Amino acid sequence: MDLKALETLNAERRARRAVMLVTDLGDGSGRLVREGDDLAGALGTEVDKAFRSGKSGTVEVEGRAFFINVHLPPPRIVAIGAVHISQALAPMARIAGFDVEIIDPRTAFATPERFPDTTLHAEWPEDVLSQRPLDPYTALAALTHDPKIDDLPLKAALEAGCFYVGALGSRKTHGKRLERLAEAGASHAALASISAPIGLDIGAASPAEIAVAVLAEIIGALRSRGLAATRESRAA
Amino acid sequence: MENLSALDDDRDPLLIAENWKKDGKSLAIATVVETWGSAPRPVGSHLVIDTDGNFEGSVSGGCVEGAVVAEAADVIETGRPRMLEFGVADETAWQVGLSCGGRIRVYVEPLG
Repeated sequence: MDLKALETLNAERRARRAVMLVTDLGDGSGRLVREGDDLAGALGTEVDKAFRSGKSGTVEVEGRAFFINVHLPPPRIVAIGAVHISQALAPMARIAGFDVEIIDPRTAFATPERFPDTTLHAEWPEDVLSQRPLDPYTALAALTHDPKIDDLPLKAALEAGCFYVGALGSRKTHGKRLERLAEAGASHAALASISAPIGLDIGAASPAEIAVAVLAEIIGALRSRGLAATRESRAA
Repeated sequence: MENLSALDDDRDPLLIAENWKKDGKSLAIATVVETWGSAPRPVGSHLVIDTDGNFEGSVSGGCVEGAVVAEAADVIETGRPRMLEFGVADETAWQVGLSCGGRIRVYVEPLG
């Protein structure tokens, strides 16, 4: 590896883009491959597989051994709403290994006292998301059930291909939400991917229990992400 | 999925390697490229080593780091990568083996 390759690799990782280093174990030469780069032949197939699974490993291609080291961005949870559920979700998600951010323009909710040690933005989602865009390695949980606050980030999450998009609210609330988002231009398939009512169906009652259900559903979505992509490519 | 942990300037071996190189140090990067059985660190884990024997990161959680650091000095000097393999199956295990009983293969390359 040379410094130039290492700099590029680190820059891609800092920018939260999926990237891999492919090293020819015969001569030590390495090349950087970004997700979406089109590589021909058998090595291309192995590269695609590694991006989907996130698994690093050694592959044999035409009698040569290559080591593929995949670097996927760390998973992040963006919660819209500095509400009671978020207060429980933030520390639990941190323990489970996620970066957590909370966005709520209502300054009475978004206070550091209610959210110690948590990245908190007391601003409108559109202002925060223009600075810190959503991406496929981010889960979005919309927790205010206030359309003024939740709708825009929900649409942004669908457009960014977030690996999980969930929204709090009853089926009736969600039905109205789907109508608004469809009017705003979201596709039927994208809308169907929203988890609502949010969280695994474990009969959660208290805000903390709902947070467990949401976090479990997010983990399930993260860990089956590669599998879903594999199924799609098989079907294609 | 591996390599999903958050980036940390003080602990991420590849960020440290970039900074060391820019500080003018010569260094090698060791990478776990294969594991069998119970291995302490997953494939893709890195250890960076400089010519003074300073190192950051881990390829085995402490079991074979000493041996890798020693080999890295040669790799930096010759500029040639080297493949190392560690297991537990023999009497040398206590010195540079994996007490967990697994086997790992570690690729050590100079940072050019």
